[in-house]
Amino acid sequence: MSDFNIHYVAKLARIALTPEEERTLGIQLDGILGYIAKLKEVDVSGVEPTAHAFPLFNVTRPDVVEPSLSTEEALRNAPAKAAGLFVVPKIVE
Amino acid sequence: MLHRLTISQLTGQLARREVSSRDALEACLAQIDRVDPQVKAFLSADRADARAQADAADHALAAGTTHAQKPLLGVPIALKDVLCHRGQPVGCSSRILEGFVSPYDGTVVERLKTAGAVLFGRLNMDEFAMGSSTENSAYWTTLNPWDTTRIPGGSSGGCAAAVAANEAFATIGSDTGGSIRQPAALCGCVGLKPTYGRVSRYGLVAFASSLDQIGPFTKDTRDAATLLGAISGHDRRDSTSLVEPVPDYVAALESPGAGSTPLKGLRIGVVKEFQIGGVEAGVDAAVKTGIARLRELGAEIVEVSLPHSDYAAATYYIIAPAEASANLARFDGVRYGRRVDGADPFELNSRTRGAGFGPEVKRRIILGTYVLSSGYYDAYYLRAQKVRTLIRDDFLKAFEKVDAIVSPTAPTAAFKVGEKSSDPLQMYLSDIFTISCNLAGICGLSVPCGFTGTPRLPVGMQLLGRPLGEGTILKIAHAYEQSTDWHRQVAPLG
Repeated sequence: MSDFNIHYVAKLARIALTPEEERTLGIQLDGILGYIAKLKEVDVSGVEPTAHAFPLFNVTRPDVVEPSLSTEEALRNAPAKAAGLFVVPKIVE
Repeated sequence: MLHRLTISQLTGQLARREVSSRDALEACLAQIDRVDPQVKAFLSADRADARAQADAADHALAAGTTHAQKPLLGVPIALKDVLCHRGQPVGCSSRILEGFVSPYDGTVVERLKTAGAVLFGRLNMDEFAMGSSTENSAYWTTLNPWDTTRIPGGSSGGCAAAVAANEAFATIGSDTGGSIRQPAALCGCVGLKPTYGRVSRYGLVAFASSLDQIGPFTKDTRDAATLLGAISGHDRRDSTSLVEPVPDYVAALESPGAGSTPLKGLRIGVVKEFQIGGVEAGVDAAVKTGIARLRELGAEIVEVSLPHSDYAAATYYIIAPAEASANLARFDGVRYGRRVDGADPFELNSRTRGAGFGPEVKRRIILGTYVLSSGYYDAYYLRAQKVRTLIRDDFLKAFEKVDAIVSPTAPTAAFKVGEKSSDPLQMYLSDIFTISCNLAGICGLSVPCGFTGTPRLPVGMQLLGRPLGEGTILKIAHAYEQSTDWHRQVAPLG
């Protein structure tokens, strides 16, 4: 797959790769993309896509607040927290 | 030899008060101490918590609670490290979830507790259920109790190995492309993937949401029927779960007055497109003998065609990575799990994911991101969803002619550690017979059907059923088991 740019796609996926990983993954993914290209052989004209294996449509529930995790429980596994919030690096200058 | 009992044998002894739940749990823990240093199925086991559960079950039994009320009362069952169990670690065998403790019970865990099960232990798996050997675990490779130089299959390799080694009376795993059936085959136990929507996935860490299902690993088909009944049914917390009644799967196993031909009147299909070679000779021979036995038991064996079979693996390796790339976006170093700091959120996310995910997970997220990216969506993902329709239609057409489809579960018996780990594409092709079942959303199981010659390794026979046809494939597998003793053979480390 000549237009597959591992560096660009890894950035889209937000995964930092070492140069060595980029090289190995690039080669492996070229092989896999070559294999999945065989789907181009199939005539899919007029075929509807299947998004879910067992069609169910428009499953909803009433729009009301129900019991859920407490703030404390939701934060329990956070790597950094303060004042009942997740802490992240500065986003806006 | 308490640890070797099936669930139905154990509940009989518990009901008669010949043994206690605590005895049963201690037998499992002693077996873990004896063989798990070699098998390495368990990531951890909270023994104190399990002992408290077993003691509570013994109190309930003493107070008169019956297995008719709570079918799993006092039965020790272990979980794949992908299911949320309140207060216990959930890691998906990944470094990125190191230290995570589940704040809630998934629906399956809740139902197992309601049924009285004693839940203990976290079982090893391929990281985020991506793999066919457990070699993708961030911790270690689980080994096959029949031959510890070989893999147990995957991704639920810990589940299969723990049952084969008699370290638990049953285990619960998940199957996205074969992750229950393939390891069950390679370890010589029964593994069932229910119909999409039969079992709620609330509390299952998501891999590919249109394919994932939860199901049991057991020592025989009767136990699989018991567990399926306990975990099935509608759940409003999973919008894909089906509003369908749950039949009595155990009662449906027996054919009244059927005598020596319990499968009379059933038609079972063999797939024309699966007869193309590539199946290891010992596997092929065992499955063919198994099919001949199904015929002796009264089933009519007919050929069916699934014309798009050859495209199933390619379709799967677009759809599953695409969905995984979306599902695994939640591991961002902010809300839970491991964090590697960065100057801004982008750098924090990228470094965390670069350090936290293993090679196979990175491979699949990047592949999935690519097939969903602008300009490629139609060529890959949308086309794969259309081919998926053709694959599903092939099955529905075949099921107009037959009640079930039979095939090998996997093309080979357990392979050596390291044999396929350097070639992802070869590893992907070990799921060739199991993948299309998930794409079509139907149900399937693997039942032991013999052994290869030298080395002597278990072989599994796969039965695929109609949507919600679990009762039929369980009945076929049960009748088959009654006429063989493959499922009673004990692994050297069992």
